[in-house]
Formats: sequence, C-alpha cells, structure tokens
Amino acid sequence: MIKLKLLEIRNLKVYFNTEEGIVKALEDVNLEIDKGEILGLVGETGCGKSVTVLTVLRLLSNASTISGQVLFEGQDLLKLSEKEMLKIRGKEITMIFQEPMTSLNPVFTVGQQLMDVIQLHMNLDKKRALERAIEVLKLVKLPDPDYIVNKYPHELSGGMRQRVMIAMAISCEPKLIIADEPTTALDVTIQAQILGILKHLKEQLGVSILIITHNLGVVAQICDRVAVMYSGYVIETGTVAEIFQHAVHPYTRGLLKAIPPIEEKVERLNVIPGNVPNLITPPSGCRFHPRCERYKDGVCNAQAPSLRQLTETHTYMCYNPYLPEGVVEEVNV
Amino acid sequence: MGSVTTIMDENKNEKLERYSTLRVVLRRMKRNKGGIAGLIVVLIYFVIAVIGLWIVPYHPDEPDFESALMPPNPKHPFGTDLFGRDVLSRVIAGARTSFTISIFAVALTVFIGLVIGTIAGYVGGWVDEVLMRFLDIFMAFPEILLAIAIVAILGPGKINIVIAIAVFSFPSFARITRASVISVKSNDYVEAAKAIGESDMSIMLRYILPNALSPVVVQATLRMGTAILTISSLGFLGLGVKAPEAEWGTELAMARSYLESAPWLSIFPGIAIVLVVLGFNFLGDALNDALNPRLKDR
Amino acid sequence: MRSFIIKRLLLLIPIFFGVSVLCFLILYFIPGVPAKIIAGEGATKEDIENIRVVFGLDKPLYVQYLRFLRGIFTGELRSIKSGESILKEIAPRYVGTIQLAFSSIIISSTLGILLGVLAAVYKNSWIDNLAMAFALIGASTPVFWLGLLLILVFAVYLKVLPSGGREGFKSIILPALTLGLPSSAIVARLTRASMLDALSQDYIRTALAYGIPKRKVIFKYALKNALIPVVTVIGLQFGFLLSGAVLTESVFGWPGVGRYIVDAVFSRDYVVIEVGILITAMTFVLVNTSVDLLYAVLDPRLRKG
Repeated sequence: MIKLKLLEIRNLKVYFNTEEGIVKALEDVNLEIDKGEILGLVGETGCGKSVTVLTVLRLLSNASTISGQVLFEGQDLLKLSEKEMLKIRGKEITMIFQEPMTSLNPVFTVGQQLMDVIQLHMNLDKKRALERAIEVLKLVKLPDPDYIVNKYPHELSGGMRQRVMIAMAISCEPKLIIADEPTTALDVTIQAQILGILKHLKEQLGVSILIITHNLGVVAQICDRVAVMYSGYVIETGTVAEIFQHAVHPYTRGLLKAIPPIEEKVERLNVIPGNVPNLITPPSGCRFHPRCERYKDGVCNAQAPSLRQLTETHTYMCYNPYLPEGVVEEVNV
Repeated sequence: MGSVTTIMDENKNEKLERYSTLRVVLRRMKRNKGGIAGLIVVLIYFVIAVIGLWIVPYHPDEPDFESALMPPNPKHPFGTDLFGRDVLSRVIAGARTSFTISIFAVALTVFIGLVIGTIAGYVGGWVDEVLMRFLDIFMAFPEILLAIAIVAILGPGKINIVIAIAVFSFPSFARITRASVISVKSNDYVEAAKAIGESDMSIMLRYILPNALSPVVVQATLRMGTAILTISSLGFLGLGVKAPEAEWGTELAMARSYLESAPWLSIFPGIAIVLVVLGFNFLGDALNDALNPRLKDR
Repeated sequence: MRSFIIKRLLLLIPIFFGVSVLCFLILYFIPGVPAKIIAGEGATKEDIENIRVVFGLDKPLYVQYLRFLRGIFTGELRSIKSGESILKEIAPRYVGTIQLAFSSIIISSTLGILLGVLAAVYKNSWIDNLAMAFALIGASTPVFWLGLLLILVFAVYLKVLPSGGREGFKSIILPALTLGLPSSAIVARLTRASMLDALSQDYIRTALAYGIPKRKVIFKYALKNALIPVVTVIGLQFGFLLSGAVLTESVFGWPGVGRYIVDAVFSRDYVVIEVGILITAMTFVLVNTSVDLLYAVLDPRLRKG
C-alpha cells in the first residue's frame, strides 16, 4: 500500500521573465513531507528555496512558467482556482516568515490580525475568535496573552513577534506550517526558544513543518529529514543522520565542511569556491559542475543528472557521488 | 550571510565605483522617456527665449488696431488680441520674460539656500537651531502670499519678482542642502581633511558642497517650474511685469474679459505655461530617478 | 504622546511670534515714511504728523508692535481705504476662503486617493498611465488658467454653472474644482507611491499567505498604512490651497481673504495686507500643527508613552 504523503512536489519548474532574460529559478524540484514530520530545506541564498514554498502557496504573481505538480493530500494545488486557494492558505498550509519585525502589520493590534485570520477560516464570532487568539498565544508560551492581544507589533520584541507569527500559523489548526528562515533574524538564545516551540507544537499538534534555512545547526536541532537545494534542483535528500554522516553529493559535503567548528580555532573558514550560478544562463549539465571537486568532463557538463536512490529515504542527483564503500550500484528512480 | 560564504568578486566593486558617476546618470536618463521629452521641451523653451525676438512673425508689442481680436487664421495662427497684436508673437516674447525672471530667481534661491543650508548643516549646534527656526517662520507663509507681500512692498517689476520668488523658495532649498550636507559630513574623507588641518571654509567648498549637490540639482529643476507658475500668477493678479511687455499670466488676465468673444486669447498662453512647467517637472523627476536610483519605485 | 503634543504646541509660540513680527515689519520695509504713504499724495506736513500720532508711529517699535497685535483682536485696526474695522471686514471673507478651501480639500482627497489607489493596484496598466498623466499635467497647470478653462466650458459654452459670484451651491462648484483638481494631482501621485510601498511590504505577503482576499488586503491592510503619509500631504495641501485661493478668488470674484489682500495691494492699504497675510499664515501654521498631531494619532508607532 502506498502511504499518501501530506505534500508531494513533483518535477516543479518555475521560470520568470525579466528584462535581462528568462530566470530559470526552479528546474526540477522534487520533495515530499510526511504527516507529523519536520523537513529542513537547505541551500545558499538564491538557490530557489523561497520560490519553491511560494509556489506551493501560489503566491508568485509574476512567474512566466510553472509546471509540475504540487500534491497536497493528493490534490494538485497548481490546478486549483484562486478562490479554492484562499481556503488552503492560512487554513491548511500556513507560513512563518523570516522578518518578524516587518511581517506583521504595524497599524493593527496583534489581536486584530489574529482574529482576522481566525474569523476568516474558522467561522467564529468575534468573541470566540478573541478567545481562540488568546488560546494560541498561550500555546506559543507568550506571557500574559490577554495583555499582548491589545498590543501593536512595534511594542513587542523580535522574539515575541515571531511567537505571534507562530501563533497565527497554528491558529486555524493547519496541517502544514512552512517556516521561511524563522530564526535568522533573531538572537541565538531566542533562536533556541523558537525552535523549541516549533518542535513542541509538532509533537503536541501533530502538524508537519517545512523549515527553510541555510543554517545546518538548525537542521540538526529539530529536523527529521533534510533536502538540499542547489540552483533550482533538490540535489540530495535524506534523514538527518544520512545527510550529516553519509552525504554523497559533493555540494552537500561542501556545505557540511563550511560549518564553523565551535571547539577549535580555525585560521580560515572553509568555503566552496566560486559563485552561486547565474539563473539566466546557468551552467550546462549539472549546475554545480563549475565548482565541483569531482567534476568529470564530458559527463557532468553534458546533461543534468537524474534522480538516483541510495536507500529508501536517501536520494541524490550526481554522476560522481561520494558513495560509501561497497556500494557501486546506482538505482535510477 | 550564512555559514556558506562565497568569494567576492573584487574587481566588480572597483568597476561599480568608477561607473557611478556622470556616465551612469546619463545612461539612466537616456532610458527615461519622460525625462527625454522634458529635456527636449526645456531646450526648445531655452532656444525660443534666447532667439525668440528674431523669429517672431510680428512685433509683439506694437498695436495694429485694424486687425484686433481676430480668431486664429493663416496669417495669425494663434489669433490677435484687443490691440491687434499677434498672439503667437506675444507667446514667444512671453517665453523670454518668464525665462529671464525664473533663471535669475532660481539662481538667487540656490545661492541663498546653499549658503544657509551649508552653514547650518556643517556648523550644527545652536547656529543650526537658530537658522532652522528662522526658516520655519518663512515656511509659515503660503508661497504666493509672501510673493504678493514683497511685490506690494517693493512694487512690480522684474527684479522685484526675482526677489519675491527667492524669498519664498530659499527655505526649502536650505533644508535640502542642510540634510544633504549632514549626510556627507560624516564621510571619511571629510574626517581626513579635518585631520590634516584644512580650514572649515575649504572643507565646505572642496569636499562637502560638491558631494551634496545632487538633491539641489533636482530641486532647482523642479523650482524652475514653480517659478514660472509664480511669475504667471503674479502677472495674472496684475502684479507682474509692466505693460506692454509680453508675459503669459498678464496675457491671460486680459483674456479673462474676452472669454466669450475671443476664447483663443486664454488658450495659447496657458498651453505654453503648462508645456514648459511640465517639461521641467518631467526633467526634474528623471534627474531624481537617475541621481537617487534607490528611491525609484520599481 | 502627551509630551509630543505639548512639544508641538510649544513650538507654535516662537513661530507665531516670528510670523507676527514679520507681518508687522512689512510696513517698515516699505521705502519711504509709512505715515506719508498712509496719508497719500498731496498731504500736508500736519496731516502726516497727525497720522503718525493716530497710528502710534511716533512710539518705540515694540510699543507699536503690541498695539498692532491688540488692534487686530479688538477690531481697532482699521482699513486705510474704507476706514472700517479690519476685523469686521475680514471675518465674512475668512469664512468664504475656508469654505472654498474645505470644498477643494474634499475634492482633492477623494479624487486623489481614488486615482492613486487605482494607479498603484493596476500598476503599469493604462489606468496607471492615465492617472499619472493627469497627475503630472495637474501639477503643472496654473490654477487661474484652469479656472478660465472651466468657465469657458461650463459657463460660456454649456451654460450650466455660473462664472463667478457667491450665490448658492452652484457658484462654489467651479472655484472648488479649480482649486481641488491640481491639488488632487499631487495627492494622487503621493497615494500611488505610498500605496506601492505598502503593497511591497512583508505584512502584505503575510496577509496573502493567510488567505485574506486580495480586495481586503488592498483596502484594509495596505490602504490603512498608505494613508498615513497621505493625510500629512493633504494637510500640507492646505497651504497650497490658501495660495491657490488668492488666484481662484480673483478668477471667480469669490469674496475671500485672498482677494481682499490683492485688492488692498492695489489700493496700497498696507494695514489690510499685514493683517490679511498674518491671519492666513496663522491658519496655515495651525493646520500644519493639527496635521502633525493627527499623524501621531493615526500611526501607532508614534503613539508611545
């Protein structure tokens, strides 16, 4: 029996028309998230992480090409009407953004903003909506929620605002929360608290979380599985253990090496040489090949590698991966 | 950025630095169609103002009562006025009047504004405070009223109109200059010049002013439009240049009485004003976009 | 918040002082002895001396200044030309100007905001282009010429509205349009920029990501933010309107303070000029201060403390 995934992204391709040319933001993205799972989506700035999730919610207004499938509980979101999407957004799938300082509307109180969403999706009257708002503020462990509902965003600290954002995200009992760099703008101690709350909510509410980050530390802390993106492709996915211990893609390895060690002093941070590729005229074949240390001429630059499977949970896209000893067979998916 | 760092292309930075000068401004200007249209109108206006009196078909001031109040016709494409003067010739002559007054008015405004703004911004402290409160008082008057008051005191005439315009325009200039000077002042090269003991005067003239000028250029262009509007407004109220000299606002004031019998009198001078002011506004906007690309809405 | 209000109100004192001194000094900037001007040509030495005493021109400057101030409010200050109390003459005209200015503000803000929002929402469409063309032309058109054109169309050709005077509701339509249209152009431009800025903010993305319908996002979430700076500009338009009123009143023969001042310029009635300008400037300053305070009320970020 095939278990139905909560979200499945199949061969997603997204292009934009700009004055300079066609930006090939996503070329072939494949992702899946199970119920009650936290998936980390990692990659450098500009690799297409945000475009991917904005496509899921159909929030891109200026894309010239969108093809592939985004199956949410088996239903292709790309085929829904705008009206039907309004019932998905904020209800089934919610989002937490990177900038808690600017993601909330400055001229409405926290309560007004929460209640707008709650009344829209839960069919509650004003009084019940307010109760629900206070309830979710409690869930994200904000002190004195009765007081905070009447505050404007600027009266709260960054960490508190991000909790309000999370409260909004869970207010209508969603099935999937997408968190786009939820802790990047916050202090390290606040970061840990926010991650703790997310993990707690997953356990308490059974909600799935897709967390976008470029911080592998965050991934190690709360994720079950990881997907690594590079220039419009998901180039490797696996469980946290698989990726951290047996990454096979040279790019993933490079990322892991670039984590600055805490214990020892290093002369120079490890970096992957070269730049993130231009998306208008991307490199041929595997888009990582100009920066790759295992580049094979005539192979890597000829055609984009197809998706290969190592274990049931571990997939990658590479012609010349770091395979564990003993493994020679490659299985095309 | 994150834990993944990429090597910066250092050459790129250097290039950026070199290009962010006049050439970039010109290139950005070229892409702005409104700006080019504005520039063309302004240039035509300049040319007409300078050579207008040689190309007019008729003498603009000499009456010819036999052909009074003629509607537009092949001989007089814009018609004639009460005294039989050719309206086209008067519109051309009017360009010269408004050009002369506005250019001197804006020059005077820029001069006063720069002096006060630079001193306030550079010296700071109580000098700044006093100068700013002084400007507040001038800014408390609606513009045209201040101009009327000054013309009332000094009497009509070109020079007095120049002064009137400068008096109500300089405060906004001084403020813009001051803000710009304050932002330039904190740059390293100013600190360096201070450190090697250059005098305040030379720092202001050599380092601060040239770098603080771009908002002033934009404002001066836009102010040309305002000045032209003010000149015609004063003219319309009867406080403009003395008769029989042609001036667009004065023409329109006369036309007011002949709206029914000779509507063409009130059409052409008005179109001339709108076109020229529009030209300066387009040009000013384009300059603003080109000089401060960050402010441009995408 | 309270300290902000108090600070803003305290700032009025030096400005009022400066403005009144400047207005008072207008008489003293005039070349020639003021009394001689007041007395008119052909006046004898005694006449001039008499006037000096009557007007208090022989007293020290600060005494004259105080008398001038007191004279405005007690109505003792009289027009040189008509001999009437200026306070009495100016009061109905003041009402006229305010009436005109308010009617124009209503036109300029409704039309300006409507056009600006439409232009921003349909950015780069023909609606946007048309609205912005209107805005640019509006900002470049002399008020008095627009007045002439409106008279030409509605009074001369269509004959549906009066070309001047102040009788009934119909007579205010053209003056209010004359004054309101150019100002609506400025409001439209600013509303568009402000709206575009608001629409590009993160909180708009948040609202859309939470399934809030686009119409509500535009008219509730974005507009409330976008209107804050627009309110300021509408307030500042009041200054523009007071300026424009001088011209509009002249075009339409509307009995207001502006025309009163211009008439006084021609009859060399300097006291009327002084008082008229002073009252207009004071109104302008008071309106600007109220706008500042209103801004603080509208923007919760400024409402601290």
